[in-house]
Amino acid sequence: MTETVDRPMVRFEGVTKRYGSLTVLDSLNLDIGRGEKVAIIGPSGSGKTTVLRMLMTLERIDGGVIWVDGEPMTHMQKNGKLVPAEAKHLRRVRSKIGMVFQHFNLFPHMTALGNCIEAPMTVLGLPRREAEERAADLLNLVGLGEKKGHYPAQLSGGQQQRVAIARALAMRPKIMLFDEVTSALDPELCGEVLQVIRKLGSEHDLTMLMVTHQMGFAKEFADRVCFFYQGKICEQGEPRELFTAPKNERTQQFLRAVLEAV
Amino acid sequence: MIWNWEYTIEILPVLARAAIVTIEATFLSFFIALVLGLVLAVLRMSGPIVGWLASAFVELVRSTPLLIQIFFLFFVLPRFGIVLDAFTAGIIALSIHYGCYCSEVYRAGLEAVPRGQWEACTALNVSSWHTFKNIILPQAIPPIVPALGNYLVALFKDTPLLSAIAVLELVQTAKNLGSENFRYTEPMTIVGVAFLVLSLVSAVAIRWLERRLNRRSVR
Repeated sequence: MTETVDRPMVRFEGVTKRYGSLTVLDSLNLDIGRGEKVAIIGPSGSGKTTVLRMLMTLERIDGGVIWVDGEPMTHMQKNGKLVPAEAKHLRRVRSKIGMVFQHFNLFPHMTALGNCIEAPMTVLGLPRREAEERAADLLNLVGLGEKKGHYPAQLSGGQQQRVAIARALAMRPKIMLFDEVTSALDPELCGEVLQVIRKLGSEHDLTMLMVTHQMGFAKEFADRVCFFYQGKICEQGEPRELFTAPKNERTQQFLRAVLEAV
Repeated sequence: MIWNWEYTIEILPVLARAAIVTIEATFLSFFIALVLGLVLAVLRMSGPIVGWLASAFVELVRSTPLLIQIFFLFFVLPRFGIVLDAFTAGIIALSIHYGCYCSEVYRAGLEAVPRGQWEACTALNVSSWHTFKNIILPQAIPPIVPALGNYLVALFKDTPLLSAIAVLELVQTAKNLGSENFRYTEPMTIVGVAFLVLSLVSAVAIRWLERRLNRRSVR
């Protein structure tokens, strides 16, 4: 197991996703290193959200293998061969991944604290007190220690999204996925969410993968930016490079359009 | 005189006992219907074959009269060696009939819970059972309480059908009293008023429950 250190945290190996006759992702190859922060950008319909959803096992893949932390997730090894994973295997590997959604998907009938202790109690089997301590710490981390008794509807969008981040962290994932986490927020509320993500990036040893439209944030935060176009990675590289001197024509077009809109 | 008070007072205790049978039949049947409805709703949403079978069953029950179902259980099943007493047969028929109607309501409630709730649970690795029990169901139930409550009242008003297999509930008892004494006015009027009062009381109770649930979920 010592050699896993060199292995990427996440590896997409020839991963294909189709909806009917439409190929959303075409034989994707992508490695994400331990602790690496990767931003995925691209026009809508380019398959970028699908990448996260496949990794979170919310979408079944139609071809290829996804590896997580040195072992296949979508498949398992049996007699030296890779066969599609059973539910149990999927659950075990999935426990390394957490996800934050565009529309928060908080549990509306539970308080902020309730949202954060539900999975640790039912999945990890933590006693209530321990789960509550862990949740309270995380709510403090995202700056909502005072709001733990509030229901989602009593919180602003930015606050709800921060609760969602705390909820995902409560399961102690190694990999965090952020799917357009600021897209549903009023512009003035984006900052507080991005601030939390920034803090996670600097204080925690998390591998992060985010789909975003916040080019400024991607540029400043990510170690690497991938530009998706029509189900393929069209161009990738360090943000400074990709944003200032994109080589691909599509990337140039996209960035011009996006930056003009700001 | 059209109304005889002496007779009224004489038959009231008999009708009160019958009212207890009616109320028992109502709540017992409704409780089973609530459970059965949920089971049917879940079956209908799971797997193609099981789902189709459950849907076919629901359609069959909803498309045939309750009275036929009561007769079937009471008069036909004994030919297959299943003998039920009248009360049991009546309860089973009411439960199945209303269970099928309730399953439609549950289904609407369950389908109204956004898919994102399931996805959040997958992302948190919560099992489907816990997801259903702790996350989906608590969100699906409050909005459908009024619809389920309507079925409680409807079921209550259908209990007189049990008189067709001689269950001694309110209407059957009133009928017996009438034919014994050749006076139908008092027993039938009392029974009508009893149904009216009990229906109104349940409607109020349901509205109270609805408000309570809403207050809890006004987050």
